[in-house]
Amino acid sequence: MFKKLNITCKQAVAICDKSQYKEATFFEKIQLNIHFLCCKICTKYSKQNVFLTKLCRNKSNDDKKKQISLCMTPSEKEFLKKEIEKRYVKE
Amino acid sequence: MQKLDPNKWIDKYSDYLFKYTLARVSNYELSKDIVQDTFFSALKSAKNFEGKASERTWLVSILKRKIIDHYRKINSKKGKAEVRMNFYNEGDNDGDWLEERVPQTWDNMAEKQLENKELQNQINSCIDKLPEKYAMVFKMRTIQEIDTEVICNELEITSSNLWVIIHRARTQLRRCLEDNWFNK
Repeated sequence: MFKKLNITCKQAVAICDKSQYKEATFFEKIQLNIHFLCCKICTKYSKQNVFLTKLCRNKSNDDKKKQISLCMTPSEKEFLKKEIEKRYVKE
Repeated sequence: MQKLDPNKWIDKYSDYLFKYTLARVSNYELSKDIVQDTFFSALKSAKNFEGKASERTWLVSILKRKIIDHYRKINSKKGKAEVRMNFYNEGDNDGDWLEERVPQTWDNMAEKQLENKELQNQINSCIDKLPEKYAMVFKMRTIQEIDTEVICNELEITSSNLWVIIHRARTQLRRCLEDNWFNK
């Protein structure tokens, strides 16, 4: 039992990455947090990982906001409309 | 039973489908092509429309297929996103930070930094510098938030492969940020 709680830094990092996507199991999270108690490097890694994830999510929200104003131009729509009509009649 | 009305598709759905695509492939021209392709495929299979779902839902499901096809195409073009596993349990000496760069201290890692426009640009250019396969998988998982299972199925990789790719992408991003931002 205690052996299972003892994990290497590599395993810790793998769990840490998974937990960024909410895919670490409850037991893995326990393992991770126990590892944090004795390893400052992984603690640091984890904090930075969270920061990185937030940064990327922020970026994607930002992109989405920017794109709200982007659409196809009216002429492109018109062209596509005619194309669809043509093909629809054929069917 | 609902009926399809292709002549109204453009007015009713083109904006929605276009935005949906753009948010996922982040390329203007490509999005137009995919949307167009979706409409044409929809016309072709209009006979199979059973009226169980609404017109829009039906179109979106075709669109999703097209987007995944697009990812699959890049994936096979660049060679499969397969990487060698060497993550877990490779012997007793394995598993500390010696062979990987130890995380350095990041000054200024404050919440308000997240809004910093320059930092946003920096992360963009860092993501662009990733090898294409890594960037693809990382973006799909982190930015588009597609489920692990879906990505694995579509790109035909195992989930451990996916996690190795994500870890490597993250490692490179960290290094890139350290070199260009935090320790500048």
